Amino acid sequence: MKRRDFIQTTSAAGLFVGLGGLSSLSFQSPGKHLTILHTNDVHSHIGPFGPNDGRNANMGGVARRAALIEKIRQENPNTLLLDAGDIFQGTPYFNFYGGELEFKLMSKMRYDAATIGNHDFDNGIDGLYAQLPHASFDFICSNYDFSNTVMDGHTKDHKIFNKDGIKIGVFGLGVELQGLVNQKLYKETKYLDPMEIATDMASKLKNEEKCDLVIALSHMGYDYKNSTISDVKLAQKTNNIDLIIGGHTHTFLDRPTVLKNKSGKNVIVNQVGCYGLYLGRLDYYFDEEQNLKTKGYSIQV
Amino acid sequence: MKSFIRLLLVISLFSSCKNNPTTISSFEGKRIPIDSQLSEDEEINDFIAPYKQNLDKTMDSVLAYNPKLLTKSDGDLNTAIGNFMADAVMEQANPVFQSRTGKEIDFVLLNNGGIRAQLPSGGLTMKKIYELMPFENEIVIVELTGKDVKDMLQYLSKAKTAHPVSGIELRADRNYKIYKASIDGQPIDENKHYFVATSDYLQQGGDNMNFFANPVEVYSVDYKIRNALIDYLKKTDTLRARIDNRYIRE
Repeated sequence: MKRRDFIQTTSAAGLFVGLGGLSSLSFQSPGKHLTILHTNDVHSHIGPFGPNDGRNANMGGVARRAALIEKIRQENPNTLLLDAGDIFQGTPYFNFYGGELEFKLMSKMRYDAATIGNHDFDNGIDGLYAQLPHASFDFICSNYDFSNTVMDGHTKDHKIFNKDGIKIGVFGLGVELQGLVNQKLYKETKYLDPMEIATDMASKLKNEEKCDLVIALSHMGYDYKNSTISDVKLAQKTNNIDLIIGGHTHTFLDRPTVLKNKSGKNVIVNQVGCYGLYLGRLDYYFDEEQNLKTKGYSIQV
Repeated sequence: MKSFIRLLLVISLFSSCKNNPTTISSFEGKRIPIDSQLSEDEEINDFIAPYKQNLDKTMDSVLAYNPKLLTKSDGDLNTAIGNFMADAVMEQANPVFQSRTGKEIDFVLLNNGGIRAQLPSGGLTMKKIYELMPFENEIVIVELTGKDVKDMLQYLSKAKTAHPVSGIELRADRNYKIYKASIDGQPIDENKHYFVATSDYLQQGGDNMNFFANPVEVYSVDYKIRNALIDYLKKTDTLRARIDNRYIRE
């Protein structure tokens, strides 16, 4: 391409960013704006990495993340903050305080919800239960049956958030624990088929609860070469899910993945690696259906 | 170039809930690096501070004195650091196993890949042991048949690696093939059962140690490997870890 065209294109894109992303696109002005922020696999990383930590050097740190989240909330109060699990395990903070500090900091940052990752069982299901008083946010998990465990009644199978009249339905999906976590740790937690659960939950949230946005908060993993269920497979094999926020595989996506569901509709899948090195930011703009001139929704990633 | 890649795509609408007038008109997604260009929330830093101070105090506490640098590459088929780890597991886990079952651990097998850091000379701090063993793996005692142990010898012959052992003597030829193995001076007896201490990770198939896959029995001692190392060092003034003749090659 010609150098001149290239410069024009980049400066135009730069202008969008400078004006605060898509809000600069004037045709959305009467609509509503929802911002979703997300993390996954933070693994007890509280302070930033040191200068000699290879590719992670000088990155991460809860105090920076907290300041960034607050800045974004001031820009847009309609912000939802989610975590896709594996909050625990990875630094001595977890070994010493058992997850207390992680939950307290997430509460201070006003996380809205988290799902449960395999490492969140590392101090046993009793160890997870013991830290619940330090968490002011909800744990959403739809495919773990905790009936015969201490966690019974302490998680939600879905939650509906309302931000400026936008209804957001969130459900949670955990990874199969057998073979991954010592059974002594997860005890009688029963793993239920995520495809079946997701199909039911998403249909319920979209069609019965009339949610404007249906989110699967998943710790199943981005994708696998074998037939193991993953976020990508879930996106393609179901209906009614708009967004999958994932974790487990520590996948660093430069930008969200846009896929088509079973009926050819858009599903966004995102994951931001691990250790709190990145914060995912997803901005959705909504409008009254009759105001939309075209039957299309634009995607910028 | 990155900005150039940011394409604006118009993709077909999904409007599955007709009763609801609100629908998505556009979407933008990105990731924001958490780096040193961001400011820090000082209230959060103040909140973390006492946790960090308490942690640092404990992590900086010296457990034992180490006269020289120990690395996992300082030996051929046994290393000082691996010998220390395997010996510590034997010494710490055996009394627990004995009190629970009345039996004794015959030998210990760990994996070279599980040695996650070197140990510097000088005071060994708690922090160093967390770096050496960051995982929460527990010690398990695996009851193996003599035949399983022979499979283990074949595994080791092929691995050609200084997997840490304690309580067993191994002799390999120039090509790493083990031709002699003895426990308490006795050769491996195919009709006997052996109690092998290892990590739950290896017992469950880690490092393809498949000879652990179908054991006669697995006994738990509820003892993390890291805690065994810490407890061993706490009662040690000066660590005398050295390369010896437990696993050597001609």
